[in-house]
Amino acid sequence: MDAIILQILNGLDKGSAYALIALGLTLIFGTLGVVNFAHGALFMIGAFCAVTLSRLLSLSHEVAIPGQVDFLGNPATRDVPYVFDIFGEALGSSIIDWAVPLSILFAIPIMILVGVIMERGLIKHFYKRPHADQILVTFGLAIVLQEIIKYYYGANPIPTPAPEAFTGSFDFGALIGFEPNTIIYPYWRLVYFAFAAIIIGAVFAFLQFTTFGMVVRAGMADRETVGLLGINIDKRFTIMFGLAAAVAGLAGVMYTPINSPNYHMGMDFLVLSFVVVVVGGMGSLPGAVLAGFLLGILESFASMREVIDIIPGINQVIIYLVAIVILLTRPRGLMGRKGVMED
Amino acid sequence: MGILEVKDVNKRFGGLQALGKVNLSVAENSCHAIIGPNGAGKSTLLNCLVGKLIPDTGSVMFDGQSVLGRTPFEINQMGISRVFQTPEIFGDLTVMENMLIPCFARRDGSFALHGIRSVISEAELRDQAESMLEEVNMIDKRDMHSASMSRGDKRRLEMAMCLVQNPKLLLLDEPTAGMARADTNNTIDLLKEIKEKRNITIAIIEHDMHVVFSLAERITVLAQGTPLVEDTPENIKGHPKVKEAYLGEAA
Amino acid sequence: MFGLNKKDASLLLIVAGLVAFAPFLLNPFPEGSAMAQFNAGYPDLMQRFVIFGIFAIGFNILFGLTGYLSFGHAAFLGVGSYAAVWMFKLLSMNVLPAIVLAVITAGAFALIIGYVSLRRSGIYFSILTLAFAQMSFALAYSVLTPITGGETGLQLALDDPRILESASASEGNIPVPGLFGLEMRDSFEMVMGSWVFTFNFGYYFCAVIMLIAFYLSIRIFRSPFGMMLRAIKSNQQRLNYTGVNPRPYTLAAFVISGMYAGLAGGLMASMDPLAGAERMFWTASGEVVLMTILGGVGTLIGPVLGAGMIKYMENIISKINSDILHGWFAFLPDGLEDLVVTMIYPFIGKGWHLTLGIVFMLVVIFLPGGLVEGGQKLANLFGRKKADNPKSASTEPAE
Repeated sequence: MDAIILQILNGLDKGSAYALIALGLTLIFGTLGVVNFAHGALFMIGAFCAVTLSRLLSLSHEVAIPGQVDFLGNPATRDVPYVFDIFGEALGSSIIDWAVPLSILFAIPIMILVGVIMERGLIKHFYKRPHADQILVTFGLAIVLQEIIKYYYGANPIPTPAPEAFTGSFDFGALIGFEPNTIIYPYWRLVYFAFAAIIIGAVFAFLQFTTFGMVVRAGMADRETVGLLGINIDKRFTIMFGLAAAVAGLAGVMYTPINSPNYHMGMDFLVLSFVVVVVGGMGSLPGAVLAGFLLGILESFASMREVIDIIPGINQVIIYLVAIVILLTRPRGLMGRKGVMED
Repeated sequence: MGILEVKDVNKRFGGLQALGKVNLSVAENSCHAIIGPNGAGKSTLLNCLVGKLIPDTGSVMFDGQSVLGRTPFEINQMGISRVFQTPEIFGDLTVMENMLIPCFARRDGSFALHGIRSVISEAELRDQAESMLEEVNMIDKRDMHSASMSRGDKRRLEMAMCLVQNPKLLLLDEPTAGMARADTNNTIDLLKEIKEKRNITIAIIEHDMHVVFSLAERITVLAQGTPLVEDTPENIKGHPKVKEAYLGEAA
Repeated sequence: MFGLNKKDASLLLIVAGLVAFAPFLLNPFPEGSAMAQFNAGYPDLMQRFVIFGIFAIGFNILFGLTGYLSFGHAAFLGVGSYAAVWMFKLLSMNVLPAIVLAVITAGAFALIIGYVSLRRSGIYFSILTLAFAQMSFALAYSVLTPITGGETGLQLALDDPRILESASASEGNIPVPGLFGLEMRDSFEMVMGSWVFTFNFGYYFCAVIMLIAFYLSIRIFRSPFGMMLRAIKSNQQRLNYTGVNPRPYTLAAFVISGMYAGLAGGLMASMDPLAGAERMFWTASGEVVLMTILGGVGTLIGPVLGAGMIKYMENIISKINSDILHGWFAFLPDGLEDLVVTMIYPFIGKGWHLTLGIVFMLVVIFLPGGLVEGGQKLANLFGRKKADNPKSASTEPAE
């Protein structure tokens, strides 16, 4: 039992990332009818927003240490981050410590901007072109974005730690009445899951309870009719794209302490997120979320030593296998709607 | 016993009874029209005949064999060709290539792997395609990109593609929908000509009464998924039930 | 000629000519000159031109004709490579059995994957093929290590059985692939003044196979089979109601293009007898898509052009460094020189993929027909100026 709970917990963080990316993919696909291969790049850009902010915050200048000289006799210096000058040392160091969560505020406007520019500048010209063209142009864009990041940040992963308060693990098992030390779980992963749950809840609430969300949902169901009602659906879809970009970006921001960001993390997640979307059902938002978590957890179970001993390598292929089986037996996915992308 | 026998066909979509107890018999070498107001189930019935839909109950026999459970291409191979409401042609191909595909389908069946032989060397099939194009007066357009033609020409091409297969039954789904009067009359003349020249059975779904009464030998009136009457055009014209269900509405 | 019409035959002859004289054509600059870095007449690079040409020709049979966009074609290339290396290990260093097995294995693999994937179309098909390829990659990288060599890749070893040749293995060196005694790496250098031209047996072997592959693809394009494939792309519904079953046609196209990929993989292993899982990674699949699109989807010559173009640019652009750039722009005033170099620098050297991505986007946006369409547009432009040619290129079927 404790092993099962541990695996479910282990699957949650990856599952959260899958769910958030797949949610954005589905929003874009459902509203705009565009297959966005650059969506993983948005996840990656989000992660690098966190990297950038933590670098910005640590920018420092040299300050002479009074009364000390180094071994050459010059006055000794130390690096003092500019934030210390502004906020004082105590607050300054906790700001640096909290760089990753702070990046959320930093990333939201950037991601929305990136999303809107992407939609207005490129994607909107592809609404009427075949899906193959959409795949190809966004694939090209994904390459361009990841190469730009690689140019400025290098090819190596950049460790971006969580705030001190959330590093380390805690005994989750003891909390829910198991033997101590059976279920040890890192704090940050729990934070990530909670964060994902909030974002997902917010997106659904937004779509459910606002007029804007109602129009978007109507547009997902029947774009032409909504257009005929005289509602400027295009403008709303642009905002939708910005929103989806922000969701992917935030998923990336908060993922940085779990996995040090590198330039190809977007592509790595994209392939799997597409599989998630397909399993969940093209165009179904709950399906995307459900499938994201299910596949994340499934992957975690498949990585158990006991399972690998029986079927070697199953952890590498389980998601693909599930996707293939689902596509062949239930082409609409777990919760897909009729008439979406059907032949 | 007709060439096409539809017996007790029922089809439901969720709560909607699209077809209820449809019986229809189309005699060989006749022209049979199916008319009815919008939503009467004409298209559903047609889709049941060509394998796009499978009826919930009932039977559809063509030429003594059941068509149920067969795919559209198998049904076509049995001898049923279908003309769509909006012309369905191979827009990326030339007119001649459009014609050759049904020729190959007729000669080789649903699949044959001629990967090395050249299309140009198939003289016999090209002759067939060309003479059919001549018949519909399109031979001068043979090398045209078919997507760039007018709607009337596309319709004619589609008809020619169906006819070159020498089908036993030609199904027409509102062949003159959206056409100008002159084009409609041309289509009527074309169909009459085809009818005279070949041993072919035609089943036609049509809104335009002018077309129906110029062509049909028998007419079935469908209303709310059920055949109302089946009779000759003369009798249908004066039939009170039909007036009520259809003509009254149209007038 | 060979059952081709005049136009196709001349196209084949032109390609054959280009391929035969490639060692000259690709080495137009004398050795040691400043422009020598633009030479591409090295055996290694020329081999890659033709091998990726084969890969792209095969991909185009599927994507260009049927419109089914496979994002997992590199899997077949990888399978072909593994099969070929195993042949070298077990049977002999002769490339023929290796290549034959590579093609057969890739074909069988494509049959299985195609049978499943082709039950869906559109984006679902793309994702299914992608999933299969990633699965193969993951398996090759981990569980299948005994067969694939895992992370290090599959390599030859001295103690491989090679049952057909026991004598030659005794020298103590790992033998090299060859064709009945002629080694693939055999080269002949011709020095003319300050020019050096290299004629490599491996290259010519690949080139001949590429020409055969190209010829077959022309025949397929012009055959009833090819016409059916184009009909599938154009209107599957009409095809169904015309009595044709599209699925075996698409499956056949899928298997044929998988065999082309296997052939390319086998040749790759024949030139350099090792095979690694990274050849199956999905970026490798993306690369062949890029080649085909860049050259011109659905055209005969496009994929060959695209493959050559991308491999050439990759080789040349990734070799340029900032010193070379400074050399080029030395004539500018110092400040301006630095500025220009700084602006260009991200696109060269390691930034090659950035250039590739941008070029690719531009092509998809502005020139969906690729280089071939661009060429036709140019030809039309100039052709119309020269003489009022009534037979404009647009009325002809896409070549």
